[in-house]
Order: sequence, then structure tokens, then C-alpha cells
Amino acid sequence: MAKVHVTTTINGEPMEFLCEPGDTMLDALRGTLNLTGSKEGCASGDCGACSITLDDRLICSCLMLAVESQDHEIRTIEGMAQGEKLHPLQQKFLEMAALQCGICTSGMLVASDALLRKNPKPSEEEVRFWLAGNLCRCTGYDKIVRAVMETAAEMRAQ
Amino acid sequence: MNLVTNNKWIGQRTIRPDGMDKVTGRAQFAADTTMPGMIWGKVLRSPHPHARIKSIDTSKAEKLPGVKAVVTARDIVDFPIEKGAVMLGIQDMRWMCRNVMARDKALFPGHPIAAVAATTEAIAAEACELIEVDYEVLPWSIEIDDAILPGAPILHEFNKFDGKPSNIVGRLEHKKGDIAEGFKKADVVIERTFTTRPVHQGYIEPHACLISVAPDGKTTIWSSSQGQFMVRAMTAYLTGIPQSDIRAIPAEIGGGFGGKTIVYLEPLATLLAKKSGRPVKMVMTREEVMRATGPTSGSKSTVKIGATKDGKIVAAHGTFYLQAGAFPGSPIRGAAGCSFTPYDIPNLLSEGFDVCSNRSKVAAYRAPGAPIGAYAVECVMDEVAEALKMDPLDFRLKNAAKEGTKAAHGPVFPRIGYIETVEAAKASPHYAAPLGDGHGKPRGRGVASGFWFNAGGESSAQVNITEDGNVVVTTGHPDIGGSRAGIANICAELLGIDYRRVSVIIGDTQTVGFSNLTGGSRVLFASSMVVTQSTEKIIQTLRERAAKIWEIDPEAVKWENGAAHPVSPNAGQFEPLTLEELAEKAPAMGGPIGAGVQLNTTGADGGFGTHVCDVEVDVDLGIARVIRYTAVQDVGRAIHPGYVEGQLQGGVAQGIGWALNEEYIYTREGKVDNPGFLDYRMPVCSDLPMIDCIMVEIPNPKHPQGVKGVGEVPLVPVMAAVANAIYNALGKRFYALPMSPPKVLEVLEAPTREAAE
Repeated sequence: MAKVHVTTTINGEPMEFLCEPGDTMLDALRGTLNLTGSKEGCASGDCGACSITLDDRLICSCLMLAVESQDHEIRTIEGMAQGEKLHPLQQKFLEMAALQCGICTSGMLVASDALLRKNPKPSEEEVRFWLAGNLCRCTGYDKIVRAVMETAAEMRAQ
Repeated sequence: MNLVTNNKWIGQRTIRPDGMDKVTGRAQFAADTTMPGMIWGKVLRSPHPHARIKSIDTSKAEKLPGVKAVVTARDIVDFPIEKGAVMLGIQDMRWMCRNVMARDKALFPGHPIAAVAATTEAIAAEACELIEVDYEVLPWSIEIDDAILPGAPILHEFNKFDGKPSNIVGRLEHKKGDIAEGFKKADVVIERTFTTRPVHQGYIEPHACLISVAPDGKTTIWSSSQGQFMVRAMTAYLTGIPQSDIRAIPAEIGGGFGGKTIVYLEPLATLLAKKSGRPVKMVMTREEVMRATGPTSGSKSTVKIGATKDGKIVAAHGTFYLQAGAFPGSPIRGAAGCSFTPYDIPNLLSEGFDVCSNRSKVAAYRAPGAPIGAYAVECVMDEVAEALKMDPLDFRLKNAAKEGTKAAHGPVFPRIGYIETVEAAKASPHYAAPLGDGHGKPRGRGVASGFWFNAGGESSAQVNITEDGNVVVTTGHPDIGGSRAGIANICAELLGIDYRRVSVIIGDTQTVGFSNLTGGSRVLFASSMVVTQSTEKIIQTLRERAAKIWEIDPEAVKWENGAAHPVSPNAGQFEPLTLEELAEKAPAMGGPIGAGVQLNTTGADGGFGTHVCDVEVDVDLGIARVIRYTAVQDVGRAIHPGYVEGQLQGGVAQGIGWALNEEYIYTREGKVDNPGFLDYRMPVCSDLPMIDCIMVEIPNPKHPQGVKGVGEVPLVPVMAAVANAIYNALGKRFYALPMSPPKVLEVLEAPTREAAE
């Protein structure tokens, strides 16, 4: 079958690519566009390592077809920092040791950012339920939850 | 004691050297790597738990357009059974060559049968379907009880136990005193049998590699593993390529926990790359990870403990049967060797049995074997304490191992910190706090202790001063959980410079000396030893250079705050020479400044922890929730407290999963029925509370910074702590893991039975 031509926006940049009709967005990001920050842990939407936003909505890119990004806005971990300036969540994850091996980190950060955009003052329980789709096997989540809460508090104070 | 007070960087929560790459998505993990001309490899796996392979016909697959190479067991170097063990570390290559590719028999569903490389992953997968395998399906057994029955299907006919072919492939014992005499003195004797299910290490990154083989045999491997040197050696053994021709480059590793200490894909991808002349990439799916890698053993343990009325343990006997999976090698040493070790028991017999069955070969998982043994022992400890009407922590204190205690596995303990962990648990705000109101849901509190050997072993480092006076440290151990941060702290501390001036690199096999695996809680212990010695050599060079410039004796120069100073006004009046200045003068003053050290490190003392756990049980739904958790551990010295806490918290979370939900479930056909994260239920964020850490710091006198391994102990006590808490909440004991909702309900709804088992 012929490849499909897709026109989309990724991290604020207009982007065009060709893909198989059955390719997932994660396949397109990692394979075609070489944006390998999004990780594949399960390919079934259970681990959250491939989290991206589609028009500001948090999704697993392994569960979305690449062709569905036509005329939409995608954001990935690669678009989180502004040039040299880290997003406050990225900075806080570093300061608070909220990553160990780092394989879940991209997805955690994208998901946490999506949470704080929706809810700038989440309770611990809200953070935990929001991030329940992002598996981490190293940290026990403790430092991640603390980093998200602390970032939220600092962002509100600014 | 040499504690953290005067240190600038040791003990500080610095930012890890690799952190920026990881929070921005730049860090390169194995599956992120590509190469020009690259093709894809896929594995054909056995659908049967046990089958003789009568023939394999790959001709149709080879003819499929796009297919570039096919390999089977014929291409892998054979290590014949009868020629005896060929050991590489703790792995016998006779089993390894049969595990990476089935030879005569398929021994578990998921066992590799053949591998294909093709221009796309889809074509490689399609070609796998075209391979025709003639199997003679054999009877099989999955569970220990079935595998050790007389008449059970035997996996390896060559193996004899008590003179007969058997699936019991190993036994070890640790013995002290005379248990029969000991039990005679006991006023209270409790004996129980426990079972646990296999659980997977559950790293989020599936196994992956990219391998290029040049026509002259020069091979480059990028892969995710806990040891690039292990990858080089095993790949060399299994492909026949000399180690000197293989460069194994460690990609960032997305979790391992012991599960990435052996190879699965690398020998297959190497052979495919060799045959096809193209670089080959292989990435496992999650389902392949669950079916054909890891997990750790399921088990059946019987533990008997006898104590006198005054609370002294007089005898103990443990029998630990562990599943090895398809090939010998379950962690019986960890189960039999660690589980009684926190206690000074005069009469002890601890036995381990290694049992093969038609499951994937087990791999190491965080303190391999020790959590299984501790679960049984620490639950019985709780029952004995209750029978004696003693506080469970007081009972442990009364029997605690200390300096001078002879452990059953051999050593006489030096200064250890077990008692301090129990005392800290007892004094913790957690242990003193009321359980609080569960609003109709019963709550309970449990405690447990644990031990792990820790390890030293081979390590190499190279420390170089750059021309602008900064530092590059190269070590040979993959950084799984932040070890680079600890090394940067130590090197900066010794040199007296800002930690941000130290770059820490994980070298590949061809650029740094041999370094053993990241495993056994050994990496910061071993690597900081070689980094310390290398840095001390550099400081010596820097002092000599300054002495030469000042024309004084090197002994009259001291190194302080990143610069050479005269030791006293008597040595002469000179302005300090900084690291930058000495680096700049290096070309004229003797050349590059660098030092390397290779060591077989020793002196890694064992580690102890004591945990306190609160649970709340929803008796209608059978859901047990951990609502508060405190992990106390003697960490030697916390070089980077953030990452030490991270090890404790992560280990606890894994243990909670093991205790409450995680298990391999099998179909009637002998196949894993839950090979994905949806049905294999690891803890998610909303399942857990914050996990409090109390780090007891009793420095290891045999290490320059007092380091003890910390990564494994945190998993050891968890299942028992959770089980004891659930007993405290419900008044009912569980003798089988996991304590998942259906099993909790089963026990709650059967009030006459003592437990579900």
C-alpha cells in the first residue's frame, strides 16, 4: 500500500512526513522524524513512556495512528524546554532526583506538564491519579510526586 | 567517625551529570540507536512449553524478498553438556548457549528457535512465520510441586539427584550447631510453609541492541545491559568472535534490577549481522520480555524457628525450593544464605534446592533469592514473637547479629549496623504513631528485617585532566540509578573543585579496563574505590608539578581547595597554583595529567535493613493498601542522599508489588497468560504512599568514603513487612503471595481455615 502524506505541527514547527497507514504516532516520531525522546515500553498504552499531547490532550502515542496527527498540534518531550531554558518541571526533576534510570522520565514530564496546565494546584492524590498511567519501576514515585507538587507551588508563586 | 560534616560535595544532593540529557529526551537508550544500512532482526519462538525439535526448515523464509539472513542453533557455538561447565561469572555457557537458542528441545513457550534479519521489522516477522519446525510435543511441568514428583517430565536427562534423573538440579546448605539438640531446648516452636510466584524485574525499557559486524569480524555492539564487558564476553563465547574484536558500547539503560545481567539478543543479532553484512537492530516487544526474559523464581519454603520463653532463638531450620526455569541456576544462595543472617542463631540449618521446570530461565532480581527467604523467615519471626508476647522489634533486638557473630554462610561479622536499624525503626515517628481510623477498614502494622551480602569485584577507572583544567572520569559500569552522581561528588570532593567541573562517562569495552557488572549492590562501592585511587595519583602528580615550578620538595606542597599550596611558610612563599593553571602548564611540565586504576575490590560488608509498614484492608473488595511505609537501612555513607533514598523507595515499591499483586499466571497449555503491563499488575503511582527513609550511616571502614552497597537490601524485607501488617489488621495469616484481592477474599470468606494455601 502506498504511503500516506501527513502535514502536522510538532513542537510548534510545521512538519510533513510519509507513513504507512498502520504506523502509530510513536513509530512516526521515533522512526521517521527521529524524535526518540518518547520511549516504547509496552506498545499497548499501559506504561506511559511514550506520552505526548495532541492539541493539549495527554495521550499515549503508541495508541494513536500517525495519520491522525494531520492538521493537529503534537507536543513531545523535545518541545518542553525553551532553547537553553528548562521547563520548571525538568529543573525540579533534576534538583529532587526524581529520575533514576530515566526511561520513564520523558513521559512523566509530559504527563506532569499536562496536569499542571489543567490543574495548577493539584493535591497529592490528584497527582497520583493523574500519573497512574505512567509506570516507573525505579523511584517508587515518591520523588516524582514531590517534584510535581513543588513545581506547582513555585509556578503559582511566580 | 568520618561523617559528612566537613565535606563539600559528599553527602550533597548535587545534580547528576547525565540528568540534563534525560529530562530533555536526548539520552540515548539502546532502541534509540540507528545506523546507515541497518536492517531488523526478529526471533521465532516456541509455542510449546516442552518439545523435541525434530527439524527446522528455513528455506521459505530465506526466499522471502527483503530477508537477508536466518540463523538457528546450528550457528551458535555449542558447549556440550558432557564436557563440563564453562563459567562466565555465575553463568554456565552450556545453559546460556541453549537459552539464547533452543538446541534439541524447546523448554518453555517463548524459547528462541530461529532468528531472521530483513529490511523491515514487518518482513522479518513475516519470515519467522514461514519457518517450518517439526516439534514432538512432550509432557511438561510448570510448578515446583509438579516438577519434583516421581515420574515428572524431566527437562535434562543428564541431571541426576539421588542417583535418578531429576528436575532438582542443585542443592546447597549452610549449617551451624545441631538443630535437633537446639529444638529440644525450645519452649516455642513454629513451623510454616510459604509459597511465592515468579515476578518479573519489570524494567520499563525492553531489551534492545544494534550490532554491526565488518567483513574482517570487527564487531560493534550498542546495547542495553548491566555490563558491557559481560555482553562482550558472552557474545564472543556464543559466536566464536574473539573478545578483542568486539567493542561493546553501553547505551543508557532503562532499568535492569538484575534482569539485564545476561544476554538474549546480542549473539543472535551478531550472527545475523555477520551473515547479512548489514548492521542489525533487534528490540523485544513487552510480550517477548515477559515470556522469555527474567523473571525471578517462584518458591516453596518451609521455615521452623524455636525459641525459649525469654525470647532467645535456639534453633532454626529453613528449606527453600526455588524455580530455576528451564536451566539450572536459581538464586538458592540468596534464599538460604541471607534469610536468617540478621540473627545470631546457635543451631541452624538452611537448605536451598534448585528446581528446573518449563518456564523461562530465571534471571537475577534485586538481592536474588533473599526476599523469598526473608518472606518466610520474617513471617515466622512475627509468629514466634507473638507467641512469646514480645514486641516484634524487641524480639529481633534480643537475637540480633552484631560484630563477632558468625553467620551460617561463613563470615564472622565486622562492625555491622543491623541493631541500629532496628533501634531506629523502633524510635521512628512511624512506629510510635497510632494506626488511625480506617473508617471501617481494618488497619495493621508489620515489621521485618533483611540482609544482603553486597559485593566488590573488578572495577576500572581512568581520570583525565582536560587542557582547561576540568576533569573527565571514565568508569566501566553502566549507570542504572545515579552512580555517576556519586562518582562526581567524590572526585570533586577529593580535588576540591566544583562538582560541575567533573564529567563522568561510562566507557566502552575497548576504552576502559575490565569492569564487572552493575549488580550485587557493588557499583558505587567498587567504582569510587578505583576513582579515589586514580584521583589520589593525579593529586600526587599535581603536587610534583607545583614543586617543580616552585623548585621545592613535593612533600612541601599540599593540595587544597582545587590548588597546590606550600605546606607552610617555611616551604617558601608562593601564590597557589590552581588545577586550571597546572593544566595549562602541563605540556611544558611533563605532559598530560591522568591516571588509571584497575582493582579487584574487596571489603564490601553486608547490608541490613528494617522496615515498618501500615496497611488498610477493604474487606468487601479484598484490597490491601499500604498507607504508610518506613524503610530503615544502614547505608554506610550516603554519597548522594537523593539517589540512596531513591534506591530504598524503589526497592520498597517493587516489594509492595510482589506482596500484593504481581505474579505470572499460566494457561492450561503452560503459557504465560498475562504477558503485558495491563494484566501483570505492577504498582502505579496511585497504589502507593510516600515512602519514608531513615538512613543509618555506619561507615564501612574498608572503603575510602565508608560506602556500603545500598541497592538490594530495600527489597528484602518488604513482602514480610506487608504480610505481617495484614495479619495485624485481619488476625489472619497469608502463607502465599501475592496477597491479591481474590486471595484476600478467599481467606476472609473461609473463617474456619487458618490461611489460604
